[in-house]
Amino acid sequence: MEINTLGNYAIEVRDLSVYYEDFRAVKDISLLIERQKVTAIIGPSGCGKSTLLRSFNRMNELIPAARAEGKVILEGNNIYDPKVDPVEVRRRIGMVFQKPNPFPKSIYENVAWGARINGLKGNMDDLVEESLRAAALWEEVKDKLTQSGLSLSGGQQQRLCIARAIAIRPEIILMDEPASALDPIATLRIEELMRDLVENYTIIIVTHNMQQAARVSDYTAFLSLDESDRAGVLVEYGDTQSIFTRPAKKVTEDYITGRFG
Amino acid sequence: MTRETLEKAINQMLDEVVTLGSLVEQAILQAVDSLKERDFEASREIYKADREINRRRYELEESVISLIALHQPVAIDVRVLTAALEIFTELERMGDYAKGIARINLLIGEEKLIKPLIDIPRMAEVTADMLHRALRAFVERDEVAARAIPGEDDRVDELYNQVYRELLTLMFSDPKKIDQANYLLWAAHNLERVADRVTNICERTIYVTTGELVEFDRSDDELETKSGGPG
Repeated sequence: MEINTLGNYAIEVRDLSVYYEDFRAVKDISLLIERQKVTAIIGPSGCGKSTLLRSFNRMNELIPAARAEGKVILEGNNIYDPKVDPVEVRRRIGMVFQKPNPFPKSIYENVAWGARINGLKGNMDDLVEESLRAAALWEEVKDKLTQSGLSLSGGQQQRLCIARAIAIRPEIILMDEPASALDPIATLRIEELMRDLVENYTIIIVTHNMQQAARVSDYTAFLSLDESDRAGVLVEYGDTQSIFTRPAKKVTEDYITGRFG
Repeated sequence: MTRETLEKAINQMLDEVVTLGSLVEQAILQAVDSLKERDFEASREIYKADREINRRRYELEESVISLIALHQPVAIDVRVLTAALEIFTELERMGDYAKGIARINLLIGEEKLIKPLIDIPRMAEVTADMLHRALRAFVERDEVAARAIPGEDDRVDELYNQVYRELLTLMFSDPKKIDQANYLLWAAHNLERVADRVTNICERTIYVTTGELVEFDRSDDELETKSGGPG
């Protein structure tokens, strides 16, 4: 596939397949993720979008009997190389989940915690403020940093989780349906936040909401199921504008126009 | 709003495009016929028809805007709907050209025609036929037809050149004929413009089928420079 680039990818995925025991959930995926862009992964339910996303920071390993074949290359190194420490991978590639999941601790601690266990030296107050500002939450919480993270609204909690992810200074942020549990206004704020964050981070988002993919992403990857073995395959990948106005493949068009899926 | 609702609405819109197109076709043919037959009543009817064309155009435009707002269409759907918006404008302008020809008949008034009209009605037939097939190509998403039809514009340009030369000769031979010759030239020019707008419709059909925005060469650009004809 051809993508305009300076040859500067955040992640290179090569022939990646992910298995749950004998079942191959996604197969033979090759994908070049652009640095400091939003890449959306879309596709029908069960096609392996989240599996693919989680394979980018070895999150699938937390699921028993899951294994990956192929390569996910970050800065020239395959993150599945036995010498690579998965904790280090997850520090560099942060993740935000569908349901906001702040720790049952203060707003401040939610942000500071990850940085502290990663051995951050420096001014913690500054880091907390900076991360909350980057997550567009500072103005709303600056006077109640000691309150529980759980006291915030759903949209605020999700932005707190984004601040928490940012605080450990990752290069890439994975977002799995980050706005699906939020109301339209909170959703819009998260989407705006994503556009602000790509100034400094690479974002990969899985979303069921195609309009969201169209609004926020620069590139879109469309996954679908191979009917022969029910494995997710990459059907089409390209710049979002082309995918949504003139997709090259009929199956992509049928999916995004709502004819199936 | 479901996929099925959108599909139905698009199909209904396409039916209405065809209806609007046939109103425009009729207006063109009848306007020229009324000029040829010096039928003032028929010319006045074209004014009425034009109001109906405009009314339908805005109604269709509103319905497409609603579909875009409610369904947030993508891919082929957004291409069809935005192409339709362009085509409504083209059709309305073609209706205006027909009205312009009807007006010429009224402006010439009781004066006898300086020549029997042969090529102008031919131009009307060719352009109305091109329009008919261009709209069918749009509705049927027929890229092959959409690519072929604009070439037929050459025939219209040829007829226009013939009319132009003939009327010019008449103007030179008898300056009293200048006024009417000018009016008739104007009518021919309107038909020539209709054919150009048919080309625009074909370009939109190609956009619908391929996603590419293309522009056909306009042979008339050259003609306009050469003849300095009315703009």
